[in-house]
Formats: sequence, C-alpha cells, structure tokens
Amino acid sequence: MRPAIHIVSAAFALAMLALTPPATAAEKIDPVADAKAFQKFFTDKFPKLKPEDFVTGPYSMNEDLHRQWVEKEQFPPYEFSLEMGKEMFSTPFKNGKSYADCFPNKGIGIRQNYPYFDDKEGKVITLELALNRCRETNGEPPLSYVKDEMAALTAYMAYTSRGKPFDIKIPNDPRALEAYQQGKEYFYTRRGQFNFSCATCHVQSPGERIRAEVLAPGLGILNAMPIYRSEWSGMGTTSRRFTTCNSQIRGVPLNPQDDEYRNLEYYLSYVSNGLPISGPGARP
Amino acid sequence: MSLLKPLLASFLLIAGSACAFAASEADYKAAYAAAEAANKEAGKLRNQWTTTASTLAAAKKAADAGDFDKAIEASKEAEALAKASIYQATSEKQLWKDLEIR
Repeated sequence: MRPAIHIVSAAFALAMLALTPPATAAEKIDPVADAKAFQKFFTDKFPKLKPEDFVTGPYSMNEDLHRQWVEKEQFPPYEFSLEMGKEMFSTPFKNGKSYADCFPNKGIGIRQNYPYFDDKEGKVITLELALNRCRETNGEPPLSYVKDEMAALTAYMAYTSRGKPFDIKIPNDPRALEAYQQGKEYFYTRRGQFNFSCATCHVQSPGERIRAEVLAPGLGILNAMPIYRSEWSGMGTTSRRFTTCNSQIRGVPLNPQDDEYRNLEYYLSYVSNGLPISGPGARP
Repeated sequence: MSLLKPLLASFLLIAGSACAFAASEADYKAAYAAAEAANKEAGKLRNQWTTTASTLAAAKKAADAGDFDKAIEASKEAEALAKASIYQATSEKQLWKDLEIR
C-alpha cells in the first residue's frame, strides 16, 4: 500500500511541476536585449536625432535648445570646476601619493568604464565611490558626494574621456545581473507623494515641460555627468542628481552611494553603452 | 448651603476640563505613535515621503503649543500619508513592470 501511495504522490508532484508555468522572457535578466530596446525606443521617438545627440540631454530636444547649447559651450559654466578638478587631481595627498595611483591608466580616459561590478566585493563601484575610497586609503577625509570638490574631480576625469563610448560591463555573475536588475527596477518604480518614477519623466515625457524645464531623455542622461545646473547655480554630481530627483517628487532621498543608487547608475549607464562621454555638461 | 452649590459646580467644571485636557494629550500621543510606526514601516521599504515627515513635525509643533486637536489631526494625516507610501512600495513591486521598455 505504502509504495503505491509514494508513486501516486510522486506522479502528483510531477504533474504539478508540469503545470507550473516556465519563467517568462520578461523575468529573464537580459541586459543586452534591454539596452537594444531602450536605445530603439528613443531613436524611434526622436527619429531626427543620432544616438550620440542624446548626450546633450534637453538641449537635443529641439533646434532652439540646441542653439542654446552651442552658444553655452563657447564659454561653458563648468569651466571653473574643470580647472579646480585638474588641480585637485594632480595635487599629491599628504602621504605623497595621488588619485592617479588608485586608478588604471593613472585615472586618465577611464570614465567610460564606471560604474563597474567588483566581483570581490559583490557590489557596484561608481567613480564617485572609488574617488572617496582612494582618499580614505591614503588617509584623507572623504568628500561630500553631492557637489563642489567631488563634482570638480569627476568633471576632470570625464573631460579626459570625452568622446569615448560608455563601455559598462556586466560580468556573467548572478550578483552582477541582480545588481543590474535592481537598478532597472528602481528606475521604473514610482515613489514619492507625486507617484513618479525616473521613467515617468525620462521615458514617458522627454522633450515635454515640467514648469519651465524641458525634460531630458533617459538615453545618455549620465554621459554628461557631472553637470553645471543653472537651477542649482553650481555643479552637481550623479549623486546630487539622484537625490534631488527623489526629493522633487516628495520622496525622502536615500543616502548618496546607497546600494539602490549605485545599482541605478549601473543600469542607466549600461543602457547608454556606445554613446560618447560628454561630461562635464551644462543644463538649464 | 447656598454657597456650597456654586462651589461644587465650579469644582466639577474644573475637574471635568482637566480630564478632557488629559484625554486629548493621550489621544495625541496614541495618534502620533501610530503615524510614527507606519512611517518606520515605510522606511524599512525604503520609501518614505517628505510630506509624512513634515506633517509629523507639524503635529509635534501643535502638541508643544498645547493645541492637541490640531496635533491629532496632523498625526492622523501623517499616518494616512505613511500608509499610502507603504501601499505604493508594496504595489510597485509588480507594477513597475508596466512602465518597462521591452
């Protein structure tokens, strides 16, 4: 009797397994397909633009704005920050070492490879995070992630990478894929009392206005970081961009460089792979 | 005897108003604690709203000024905001996919 019960139970279990629907394509983490679809969405939506045009953000959205950008680039407002960053970068720490000692190729022309997934730590490492870690390793206090000195350093590093295409790698490591997926989820998740996601503005409404601002497309949005924003009357980093976006929709921002923001940067940078670094940038 | 009645009435009035005052403060404390607990829950979900924090602060300010009616009202509003943020975080675990570019 007992073996018969076992056979029936096993048959039942197998039947249940057969009935369970397989994981759908949507649930599979496929960064390559995501990036292709993401870029196609924007190039279809704005057929007059070449992919590299998107890195000028709102200035790519119409001809008037584009003319403003051309004029702005003649005397760019980020220039003072760029000079400050160059000086900071070349000034040795108290122990005699410098930022160049912490990075591949002495930190020159490497912006397009950040953020990357660190397999030892199992987490995403952004350029801002790497810069502060470099400081702390060399006995210097960390900088604020949101402005001034951090923006100056990243401005200089971005400048040395201008024109190089974003080349973010996602290794075949389930933790890297999970970090990418978490970043994607964050991008599309509505939050704050206004019930906005990043995508509400930067996928559904690029080129539209929110009050006086023209919204930037999500494609290429990080290629120009850090940026001088007229609204801020100063420079801001990627961290500043993420935290202010959250507070603008009445959400309490997370701490700069929390895992969520690092993963978001990983996702957003990856889907802009192939588009040139244009930072530092200027925005209205 | 004629003096006793007004005295007794005054005593009862004072005692009554003191009781109402105490109950109002206790109600405020309970309402504030409920709002704070809901906001902590939203924090665990990494989805607090700035308006919840400012409404909680307004409740505290009103209570400090002794206006417990206003403080209770603000606490209840803060609790409703916090619960809405929890609902948002929970429902978005699936709903975010509707916005995804595929």
